[in-house]
Amino acid sequence: MLTIRSLAKHYDGPRPRTVFTGIDLDLAAGEYVAVMGESGIGKSTLLNLVAGLDAPDAGSIALEDVELTGLDDDALTVVRREKMGFVFQAFHVLPYLSVAQNVAVPLMLLGWDAARTGARVAAMLGAVGLADRADSPPRELSGGELQRVAIARALVHEPRLVLADEPTGNLDPDSAAQVLALLRDAVKASGAAGILVTHSRAAAQTADRILTMTAGGLRPGEIGP
Amino acid sequence: MNAAEPRVASVSTLRAIAGAWLEHKGRVAVSVLAIALGVALGYAVQLINQVAVSEFAQAVQTLSGEADLVIRGAQAGFDERLYAGIAADSQVAVASPVVEVDARVVGQDELLKIVGIDVFRAGLIQPGLVGEGGEALDTLRDDVIFLNAYAADWLQAAPGDTVAVQVGLGEVKLRVAGSVRAEGYRLPLAVMDIAGAQRRFEWLGRLARIDVRLRPGADVEVFRKRVSEGLPPGVVIERPRASVESGARLSRSYRVNLNVLALVALFTGGLLVFSAQALAVVRRRPYIALLRVLGMKRSTVLRGLLVEAGVIGAVGAGIGILLGYALAQFVLRVLGPDLGSGFFRGLEARLTAEPVAAVVFFALGIAVAVLGSLAAAREAARADPAPALKAGDEQRAFARLERVAPGMALVAAGALATLAPALGGLPIFGYVSIALVLIGTILLIPRIARVVFRALPIPRTPSMAFALLQLRGAPGQATVSLASIVASVSLLVAMAIMVGSFRVSLDAWLGRVLPADLYVRAGAWSDTGYLSRETQRALRSLPGVARVDLVRREQILLDPARPRIVLLARELDEKDPTRGLPLVGPPRLPETGDPPELWASEIAADLYGFSTGRVVELPLAGRNVRFRIAGVWRDYGRQQGALVMDRDRYIALTGDRKANDGGLFLAPGASRETLARLITQRVPGGDRLEITLPAEIRSRSLRAFDRTFAVTYALEAVALLIGLMGLSASFGSLVLTRRREFGMLRHVGVTRGQIGMMLATEGAVVSALGLAVGSAVGWVISLILIDVVNRQSFHWGMDLHVPWLPLAAFTVVMLALASVTAVASGRQAMSGEAVRSVKEDW
Repeated sequence: MLTIRSLAKHYDGPRPRTVFTGIDLDLAAGEYVAVMGESGIGKSTLLNLVAGLDAPDAGSIALEDVELTGLDDDALTVVRREKMGFVFQAFHVLPYLSVAQNVAVPLMLLGWDAARTGARVAAMLGAVGLADRADSPPRELSGGELQRVAIARALVHEPRLVLADEPTGNLDPDSAAQVLALLRDAVKASGAAGILVTHSRAAAQTADRILTMTAGGLRPGEIGP
Repeated sequence: MNAAEPRVASVSTLRAIAGAWLEHKGRVAVSVLAIALGVALGYAVQLINQVAVSEFAQAVQTLSGEADLVIRGAQAGFDERLYAGIAADSQVAVASPVVEVDARVVGQDELLKIVGIDVFRAGLIQPGLVGEGGEALDTLRDDVIFLNAYAADWLQAAPGDTVAVQVGLGEVKLRVAGSVRAEGYRLPLAVMDIAGAQRRFEWLGRLARIDVRLRPGADVEVFRKRVSEGLPPGVVIERPRASVESGARLSRSYRVNLNVLALVALFTGGLLVFSAQALAVVRRRPYIALLRVLGMKRSTVLRGLLVEAGVIGAVGAGIGILLGYALAQFVLRVLGPDLGSGFFRGLEARLTAEPVAAVVFFALGIAVAVLGSLAAAREAARADPAPALKAGDEQRAFARLERVAPGMALVAAGALATLAPALGGLPIFGYVSIALVLIGTILLIPRIARVVFRALPIPRTPSMAFALLQLRGAPGQATVSLASIVASVSLLVAMAIMVGSFRVSLDAWLGRVLPADLYVRAGAWSDTGYLSRETQRALRSLPGVARVDLVRREQILLDPARPRIVLLARELDEKDPTRGLPLVGPPRLPETGDPPELWASEIAADLYGFSTGRVVELPLAGRNVRFRIAGVWRDYGRQQGALVMDRDRYIALTGDRKANDGGLFLAPGASRETLARLITQRVPGGDRLEITLPAEIRSRSLRAFDRTFAVTYALEAVALLIGLMGLSASFGSLVLTRRREFGMLRHVGVTRGQIGMMLATEGAVVSALGLAVGSAVGWVISLILIDVVNRQSFHWGMDLHVPWLPLAAFTVVMLALASVTAVASGRQAMSGEAVRSVKEDW
């Protein structure tokens, strides 16, 4: 599903810095991995490179046998739109849209018609336990609920790869546990592959396997449950 | 709390502010520039107006010298027998008789003021007018003039040269003997002996003025009142200052209107500051909330934000004062002190920095910036810190702006203010009404926007759909950014409709008042050119002439506080006496026993209460004559007011058979060109006649009109520029506020192009709303301008004419500009920085 080889990233500027080199990763469909590592080691950068939001200095990234590093911005955007889903630490639910409208954003971009979109969004909101909050404005939701909206949005278009960057960083332990379970179940249920970037060992343990990121590359951590 | 807290808090606030400034230097610079432009325009117009009035005052002062009082009357003067009585009065130290004419120099278009004085008396009151140089008796010779430096330079005349002046259609040659100092009079001036002036310019038995100096100890006011009672009708005695005031009064409305227009730019600048500060405060809402959490008091937040606005205002106003001085200097050099209006034709300008005006405009700049920032600062100070710390709380900041009652109340108050009369001859309540309607509408925009955005259907294209959903869900930011653009568009539309209406009405008026085929005039503005009886006969006897309508132009004094009113003695058609008079209402039909008929211009009707049917008295030939106002007509040509009477009656009353202008009607088959040639060849002095076609007069008048309004357009353009700057700054600010949103959208598969399209759609929709609201308010303001401000300022009416095509073109250009502005401001939204901003938690 996702194959990363010899990936390297370097930042220029007044204080040039090599973020990482020699990153290799193979991720099969339905596989859910956690990536851990110190702050600033480049975990989010890795996600940005995989998503095509940043360009690597060396190496290759292939998603379902399509090499991403050679694609232009528009083509990468289409790949993201069709095949990827994102969950962020800060939720990033659009405050001016209702819960249902937020979840519908990826489908709007894919040109789904209103009826099909409505049905799919309702199903997703049901799956994340927010069926009764469809028309609510985001400001009325708790942090845990907002992150569930974000998970529904990340999975509503059945992506092949789900990327989650510290999705529980802003949540209390109970909400975090619920969100992690939901995320894992949803990813698994959709048959997508998932990468969870986290500092939390507890969060990482919800993944199939744990990888630890170092300046020299990814090395396997302990096996998940 | 301890004593050190305010200082610590202030330092923290200022640091927070300074940080925000350094982060958004461009947007702060736009606010500073907007205030600078507004202050610069206001200060420049004020300086120019002050120059014009003080130059005018100085000119009048120079001519009246050290006189305590001045006796004056109609343009044609008054009976010189009055002089003997005044001079013999025991309280009079010196009485200096004066004849004064504006004469056309042969071969020149401009006029030379020639003052005839009794050198022995003038030497005691107006020593600056006594000629220097020449032979001993030159000051008493009747064919000798002394020129001031401006006249000598203009005419390139040195002692011994001859200057030919037109009198009637003939000429009078005058020898230049020397010079006069006449310091303070910065227009061409010639002085000669009064007897010579009376004889040469056909003023025998008449005087233009008597300048009076009283003996020490005499009570000027008591003397003035006593003499005043014995003066013939139409002749007044007043302090020299009164002449200045009545003269300056003629241009006062124009000057005040220009000042107000200039202040509009400052007002728009204030709205820009409002938009910029409101959005900046919203952007910094979590930071401010954090400061509150850390212990900063509400009052400290409020004070800090107002200080921030004050500093923006002070820097902008400081730059504006310097810019305004430079602008005034430039404009005076290019357009002269009358800004192309013709009120102070030919006056030389000497610019001085007016410290009081500078301080006032500096303070205004600061006040406007602080007031513009007040709403945002109060909201920020009032916000509860806990919710404000969370992302997505921004809309609460705008919720208060959606209240309808204050906006409606202001609009209603504005409507009521239109009913109030002028204050001191100025349309103060008209301006107040415009300001209230405008501010009221701006307050209503958030609600209007919410209703409009909800009513618009969601497009199918995702980027456009996002744009509209964003506007529906968060109309606050967008509508705040509309304040300055609505203000500038509405004022520009209002001015366009008013000026368009005026121009169309002027054009139609010219068509009505110029019915003849050809016009002749004996010296455009001069007092000495005229058509004699012989000339009149010669014109009538020319082949191809069916009829000649002659007009005698005189100026009489009805109210010493106002400039002289123009009296037009015309040859009226017995069957249709109002032919060529554009009446604004039905005329009054004459009844048996009625006094003779008189037609008053709208201005005369307004200024002197000369309404249709009223019996009035006019001072003619030294006595009061009763007339009945038969009708009111529209006149755009004479701002001091004009009256029309039958020329035969005028001749019978005054014995004056001269004419100034003539309208020639062609006989069937005759041609204008042939007739013009015949006039030059067969009429004695015909080559000195100004012969014009109605079309020429029309195009010349319209050109003059356009020149007068050029400054208006320039001021409006600056206001519009500030409005666009406001829109640009607001969009830039909005994009910054929303960069996490754009980052998220990029993550979920929105292309850069789609974000660009989204911003362009938002820009177009918001601007379309701004243009629609601005245009609608502009139309309402144009009605106030036409029916209240113009009416009370200039006393003339006009028909409403909306220049649809130019306004449509303007709308299209503005929409395109606004969309481009929105996209350009959103460059950051498409950058990598936006992608990385999803990591930010606030």
